[in-house]
Amino acid sequence: MSEQSIDILRLHSQRRALPQWHSGMTLLIAWRNLVHDRVRLLVTLIGIAFSTILMGLELGMLLNFMHTTSTIVDHAGADLWVTAHGVRSVDLATPLEERRRFQTLSIDGVAAAESHLLQFAFWKKPDGVRETVILIGVDPHAQMGLPWAMLPGRSIHDALSIPDGVIIDRLYAQKLGIDHVDQLVEINDHRARITGFTDGIRTFTQSPYVFTSLRNARLFAGKADKDITYVLVRLAPGQSPDVVGASLAARMPDADVLTPTRFSNKSRSYWLFTTGAGTTLISSSILALMVGVVIVAQTLYASTMDRLPEYATIRAMGGPRSYLYKIVIKQAVIGGLSGYSVGITIVVLLAYLARNSSSSPQVPWWLAGGIAGITVLMCIVASLVSLSKVMSIDPVKVFR
Amino acid sequence: MMDPAIVASAVTHTFGSGPTAFTALHAIDLEIRPAEVLLLIGPSGSGKTTLLHILGCLLHPTGGSVVLHGKPTRSLDEDQLGALRLQHFGFVFQAYNLFPVLTATENVMVAFDLMGVSKRVARERACELLTMVGLGNRLDAYPSQLSSGQKQRVAIARALAGDPQILMADEPTAALDAENGLKAMELFQLLAHRQQRAVVIVTHDPRIMHLADRIVRIEDGRIAPEPAAAPVSPPLAAGAPS
Repeated sequence: MSEQSIDILRLHSQRRALPQWHSGMTLLIAWRNLVHDRVRLLVTLIGIAFSTILMGLELGMLLNFMHTTSTIVDHAGADLWVTAHGVRSVDLATPLEERRRFQTLSIDGVAAAESHLLQFAFWKKPDGVRETVILIGVDPHAQMGLPWAMLPGRSIHDALSIPDGVIIDRLYAQKLGIDHVDQLVEINDHRARITGFTDGIRTFTQSPYVFTSLRNARLFAGKADKDITYVLVRLAPGQSPDVVGASLAARMPDADVLTPTRFSNKSRSYWLFTTGAGTTLISSSILALMVGVVIVAQTLYASTMDRLPEYATIRAMGGPRSYLYKIVIKQAVIGGLSGYSVGITIVVLLAYLARNSSSSPQVPWWLAGGIAGITVLMCIVASLVSLSKVMSIDPVKVFR
Repeated sequence: MMDPAIVASAVTHTFGSGPTAFTALHAIDLEIRPAEVLLLIGPSGSGKTTLLHILGCLLHPTGGSVVLHGKPTRSLDEDQLGALRLQHFGFVFQAYNLFPVLTATENVMVAFDLMGVSKRVARERACELLTMVGLGNRLDAYPSQLSSGQKQRVAIARALAGDPQILMADEPTAALDAENGLKAMELFQLLAHRQQRAVVIVTHDPRIMHLADRIVRIEDGRIAPEPAAAPVSPPLAAGAPS
């Protein structure tokens, strides 16, 4: 570049250096471009909202799915789990002998080891119809593996100490034909009594969890006194789960020793990836995302094409390409956030309405925020086609 | 006599290459002077629009040179040319090319925005410019609510936002009736004669020929020999906007 040319630009930059606060006209243009055509705006908002609702519900269901498949592990409060070799999910327990508990107690670093029995059983409703349930037997004095989220009434200890007492969740009371405490039912042809309710312990298999004492569980399930399915381990203060777990594994090579995190992940992975359920939810979420991208891309492209003469004018006037990018991207982001706001409101409302159902989508703040991020990103990706059009604008076209 | 705003020397422009190459301009020499309304006329395809692109720094010529206020532009890239246009030129287009979603004021504010002027100041100046071109009572009107003549004036106000020394207009009166065409030309005359701006207008419109200070006829990519002496501009009406 010659010195004279540089002089021209220097002069120009000095002039620009005077009032340098960006006025935000690009935001105004983006907003007006969007709201100018009401029908197109409506289509955009419906498209993005639809995409958000699909993503929100699918991912919310996936989250609920993941939590329910491992909820027993996540809430047990154990530092380690000893299971029969090869158990793939906490709900699919296989028998273990209770001597494993004593072997566990013999290992240095173990503060407590408690027996836990999990077994499918048949529940006979008052109308004679049978439902499958998952019995969970724990010692009433146990520190781990007890039911949580008890509704007001008897304490866990009292409810489990009643000879034929069982605790169910209120979400499944109707399904199991229960309407009050102390109601009598039959489990595998044994009499049982409702001694308490929990609130919100959902099950993935739709076979409700029924908490009872270890003795009752063995009785209902027809198991011998030595039969259990898990040993829940609490470590002495300062002990490493890895170190103690390795000692336990060495002591019981024919059993598996798992941290709660690992067992939880194992349970989730089993249902997510070996059944079609998880794949369906994930693919639906991706499909929802793609639907959103296509709708936003189409709308933005049409809007950009409508404005090409004006954009070419800006280029002819000397406006940089970045100015046009800002308009298109802001248009995408405004559209995305507007549609998202509508969509996520509906998702939260639906989740609230379904809060008492057995499979309610979970929409924590981080998921809502994540979907917002994905939606905005989706809109920016969708604007790429339009941006490429803007990039190719030749300012001389404005004279034709 | 003031120095020329633009000096085009031996400007040649060829589109394409090889056997399909087409030379639109052949060694054009032309000076654009301040305080002068220059009309570029000629039949369609004669090269006048290409010349306007080159004079307006929208296009580099394939041959010859363009000197803007004494500085050559040949070595500048596209972004630098854009910066030059923003500083030195105001453009008025045949179809006005106003943002239909913005009011008259906001359309003018866009030009200020490109120059980094704050929104508050931009609004004040846009209102001043629109008032100057006689649209003080249509500041908040959208283009769809304006007549062709009024849109033309918004486009002129937008072109003036950067206080450019050179105004370039492409067929500015083609879509206007005789009265509005005359008003637009009077405005261009005012900008040239009172504010010392150079005004270059590409036109086919015979109704405005008598308002030019100088007429350059382009034929087959060359400047045709000058006709009779350039017409003398009639005095501006006493009530013209200022």
